[in-house]
Amino acid sequence: MQRRRFRHALYAAPALALIALFVYYPIVENIRLSLFKFSVFQPGMRYVGLENYRQALQDPVFWKALANNLCYAVTSVVFQVGAALVLAAILEAVIGQRLRGLLRTVYFIPAAVSMTVAGLLFQFLYQPDAGLINSALDTLGLGRFAHDWLGDPDTSVWGVINMSQWQSFGYTTMLLTVAVQRIPRELYEAATVDGAGRIRTFFAVTVPMVREMTTLLVILTVSGAFLVFNEVMVMTGGGPSNSSQTLGTWLYASAFTGDDMGYAAAIGTVMFAITFVAGAVQLLHSRRKAVAA
Amino acid sequence: MTLTLHKPAPADTPPAAPAARRGPARSGSVVLRILTYCGLAALAVAVVYPLCWMALSGLKTNGEIFSDPWGLPAHPDWGTYADAWHQGVLGYLLNSALVTAASVLAVVLISAWAAYGLTRLAIPFSQPALLLVLGAMMLSPTVALVPLTQLLQALHIYDTYWALIVLYTAFKVPFTTFLVRAYLLGQPVEVEEAALIDGASRWQTFWRVVVPMARPILVSAALLQALFSWNEYAFALVFITDDRLKTLPVGLADMAGRLNSDWPMLFAGLTIAALPMIVIFLVAQRHFVRGLSEGFGK
Repeated sequence: MQRRRFRHALYAAPALALIALFVYYPIVENIRLSLFKFSVFQPGMRYVGLENYRQALQDPVFWKALANNLCYAVTSVVFQVGAALVLAAILEAVIGQRLRGLLRTVYFIPAAVSMTVAGLLFQFLYQPDAGLINSALDTLGLGRFAHDWLGDPDTSVWGVINMSQWQSFGYTTMLLTVAVQRIPRELYEAATVDGAGRIRTFFAVTVPMVREMTTLLVILTVSGAFLVFNEVMVMTGGGPSNSSQTLGTWLYASAFTGDDMGYAAAIGTVMFAITFVAGAVQLLHSRRKAVAA
Repeated sequence: MTLTLHKPAPADTPPAAPAARRGPARSGSVVLRILTYCGLAALAVAVVYPLCWMALSGLKTNGEIFSDPWGLPAHPDWGTYADAWHQGVLGYLLNSALVTAASVLAVVLISAWAAYGLTRLAIPFSQPALLLVLGAMMLSPTVALVPLTQLLQALHIYDTYWALIVLYTAFKVPFTTFLVRAYLLGQPVEVEEAALIDGASRWQTFWRVVVPMARPILVSAALLQALFSWNEYAFALVFITDDRLKTLPVGLADMAGRLNSDWPMLFAGLTIAALPMIVIFLVAQRHFVRGLSEGFGK
């Protein structure tokens, strides 16, 4: 009997081994490494305690990166959860079945395109001379607003954030449509009978009924925003003058350009802490839900 | 990811009575309705136009792109697409295809085994094991770039295909196991029990009963994994330095640096890179939506 139980364990063994070695071990090791100063080119590691964390507190780029991640998180929640939910509700309420499927598919297409492709494409759309955005502004007589979007430190990070909204809102709209479809129709009928208008119905029926999905999406979006890497690397490389740096790209720059591996590990630990808290909140939330249900 | 594991409900169920379904819309005025349609159409154009523009720009000349960015190509030049293909896009494409195929296969197999073990079999320490798998969903890949570099070097797989295959698999096994487990929990066990009584081994039961039964969720898990592996950038940038092994996302970014003045070539390359996943998604759309809604529970 006991033998068979251990043989059964073989089914889960590959998954557990992979996760332990490549997911858990690096996270723990990362925390340890963040207490050292070391370089790829020199042997030996010097224990410095919390020095790397103090370095982060005094590093203006670290704070700029953190602020950028926050902007990213707030904008993404507004568009990818808020606006996407309104869109999902409109698609469900107003549009016929076939057209709804078509639109949902169209909106999703950018999500199937890689961040690299989207980033390089938008780099051209933002181009100061021939880019579509400036030339559209010109045509509309708004030429005075045209400028070098990614080259200006005041707008560079917004250029990146904007591209990311274009790319991702279709994905969340799709998930939210699925959630909206599961709301029992009787609730809408009851709302209509009670004389609730469309906006009332949205807030009184739709929003509370999809709360589980929106909570999930808020957490996924927030952790995603704190891990942003690819689009920044491709579009601006964190520049100009670190204006669009995020924690992820600053980690990369510190490790592989600045060769300050311990400092990079410390930034990684900060990112880990932020996303872990987001995940833990989610876990507790769904636990409570499960118990209540 | 939510851990409430309900019995999955069927998604996209066609409404019993279309009129009742559309209920609240009936009262809307015609003007409002037209405005809504216009808004939705405008949004669709804003989403798709840049991609069409990208594909068209691959057929233009550099001069045309700069002098008349909105115009159609005067003399469409398909040669640019062929050039981009030979400029390295083909190599990147093959690398991406290899890494994606291998990690899709590995993640689906390993996760299906784990999900089966954790739902249907008596395993020692199954509760802690489950927690270990599902808890890993909260840990994200990019934070540990420094120790992962050292680990891959110690294992002698740094700068090989294996680095990407192993990492893409390891980081997605937790979520995929979660999806498959949620699905299996909603399925009846009677057929499996019948197979076992008829003398099938656990292994045979898994392959002949469980895998066919779980096909919908396995297909959507495979799609999600393909999307992830095909587009992943951070690992591919840090752990692959050999130009011959680079995958599409990193290869294209390199190419953009090399060809900073030849925009048509770059756009052709980008279009070639974007097309496979768009096509796969369009073909497998229904499975994808269904799998997502089942996987995410209620």
